[in-house]
Amino acid sequence: MWCEIDAVQTMSEPVIQVEGLGKRYRVGERERYLALRDLLTRAFTSLLKRNGKRSPDFLWALREVSFDVAQGEVVGLIGRNGAGKSTLLKLLARITRPTEGWAEIHGRVGSLLEVGTGFHPELTGRENVYLSGAILGMKKQEISRKFDEIVSFAEVERFLDTPLKHYSSGMQMRLAFAVAAHLEPEILLVDEVLAVGDLQFQKKCMGKMGDVAKTGRTIIFVSHQMNQIRRLCPRVVWIDAGAIRMDGAAHDVLAGYESAMFAGDGAKGLQRGAATKARFLRWEIAGSRPDQLHVLSTTGPVTVNFWVELAQPTRNGDHGVALFNAERQLMWAHAAQNLGLNPGVHVFSHSFPTLPLRPGAYQWQVSLWDNSEMLDLWDCLPEMNIATEVHQHYMDQWNGVLNIPAKFSHQHGEEVAIERASHI
Amino acid sequence: MAAASHAPTVDGLPVLRITPREGWFALDYHELWEYHELIYFFVWRDIKIRYKQTAIGAVWAVLQPFLTMLLFSIVFGRLAHIPSQGLPYPIFYYSALLPWMYFAAALQNSTTTIVENQRLVTKVYFPRLALPLSSVLSGLVDFGISFLMFIAMMFYYRIHLGWAMLMVPVFLLLAILTALGVGLWLSALNAIYRDVRYVVPFLVQFWMFASPVAYPSSLVPAKWQWLYGLNPMAGVIEGFRWSLAGRSRPPGRLIVVSSAVVLAILLSGVAYFQKMETTIADVV
Repeated sequence: MWCEIDAVQTMSEPVIQVEGLGKRYRVGERERYLALRDLLTRAFTSLLKRNGKRSPDFLWALREVSFDVAQGEVVGLIGRNGAGKSTLLKLLARITRPTEGWAEIHGRVGSLLEVGTGFHPELTGRENVYLSGAILGMKKQEISRKFDEIVSFAEVERFLDTPLKHYSSGMQMRLAFAVAAHLEPEILLVDEVLAVGDLQFQKKCMGKMGDVAKTGRTIIFVSHQMNQIRRLCPRVVWIDAGAIRMDGAAHDVLAGYESAMFAGDGAKGLQRGAATKARFLRWEIAGSRPDQLHVLSTTGPVTVNFWVELAQPTRNGDHGVALFNAERQLMWAHAAQNLGLNPGVHVFSHSFPTLPLRPGAYQWQVSLWDNSEMLDLWDCLPEMNIATEVHQHYMDQWNGVLNIPAKFSHQHGEEVAIERASHI
Repeated sequence: MAAASHAPTVDGLPVLRITPREGWFALDYHELWEYHELIYFFVWRDIKIRYKQTAIGAVWAVLQPFLTMLLFSIVFGRLAHIPSQGLPYPIFYYSALLPWMYFAAALQNSTTTIVENQRLVTKVYFPRLALPLSSVLSGLVDFGISFLMFIAMMFYYRIHLGWAMLMVPVFLLLAILTALGVGLWLSALNAIYRDVRYVVPFLVQFWMFASPVAYPSSLVPAKWQWLYGLNPMAGVIEGFRWSLAGRSRPPGRLIVVSSAVVLAILLSGVAYFQKMETTIADVV
């Protein structure tokens, strides 16, 4: 379905050239709009503070970024949240303008920054395929040509003329990805979109992405999931604090990134303890398949194990555990106190009746203290990928942090009253 | 973002240059044309959703001007005895409400279009101009339906449509361009100052009384006529009345002034919209 493009172009010719690219935001301006009254208050305050001429604070989300991408390369973009990955992608996708520098792109650019861009719940599946396709840059004729393929990829044949609002969120996601997967630009920019949906769906998307990569298309792919990056991208660019920290073969860059994270680079202000006393070694989801030790695919009971090696006994040990989401919001935390541990390797297990969190990337943080002295603190890598079925509202903006398979039922008010009366 | 230019290279692939914004007026007609299908889809989406969401669907397009026409005929006609150029009041008012209702709706829709489509604006690139443009165009379907109603009314009152009717598309175009010009200003302003949309209903109301909807423009004293002509909708509405009902003199001079004003609003609107366009994705 992805037609071969002419192999005339040589690998050495860059299709994406980025030179000194920078994006500056005014502090507070980002993700914030004004009301006219703000303008009035501002005018008023500036009248009062004539002499106190304060220059606005600026923040460089990205600065002095330069790199080339050759035709057919698949480049992974990694970095912490807020490092500037998404800003870079948005600049290349022309969603926002750079403040300085330039980029040159040879070929049609398709960007996939969100699954289901442009979907409307009132429209039918068929109508949404056309609308979303057009928004993503397809011509009407092109959509008509690929329509059957899109629909069979999404497995929604029977519901084509049903309004989207009656689709399950899984169906919506499949349809959305199917449309996006049938884009045929020379260059594809993909943001974290594959971190949604159940495992089955993630696999299908990854397979599709792999197919795309094989046809010689150039792809820039942002992800928090190192296993996805490792599978898909031979080359990785690591963005840190708005600049390129490392750019090279996936193996090298990922090793550098993970060891930096391992060294406590990721946790603000907290350094790992002197590794001589204790060290967290690894973590896993108990009972999971060996190739999916860090993938959670059930909303049922789950046990998480952390291996820790102690060089000395603890008398008054304290073990902290916390779970963060990709935005670094604390989801849950707990501390086990008064632990008396002997030297050697221990397994700390935490059992949950359920971890009903929205699918995506999460990170554990574990720590061990003895008499208020930190022995070790570890932001666990790899991250935990929650890939359970999605139980959420059909509209994105109503997707919450929790992912609970709640049931709905309804009955007539009188029946409830009768039922109640019969209990008395 | 028009400064991102396209030019085919040797290998036939388009080359895109992404740079900081340059110049203050850089409308990329070529690119806008490349996206004409998307504009069509936006229009199609607006219409589909509007008719799916209202129970009475297309009837609304007729009912709204019709009821307003009745109200005006009673209040301004029967009660206030405003001169109607010898036309039956329903015809006099409906012929003005046709372009006015279109204009008012287009203004309201284009004001909120950027904010309503913020998920699109922050996630995918297309010429942002497509949004206000399509919201101005999607009102034409309602206009068409209420126009058919007008034809029926003309039959009822046994008034013949003259050759002047051929001028309707010209006046309609002027109305579209006025709505687009003002809509560009308002949509960009509303993306940055969210309370603009609360101002728009008042603006529309004031504007209606500054236009010859409820009264003929001949009531305006001759020495103020030039000032009156600065309101492009005055030319549009008088144009509609003349070409459809054909009683007054053709509003030649009014139209010339109106066209000049529309051009100024449109060009400044495009310039302002494009200035804002570069920051819209950062603020919405």
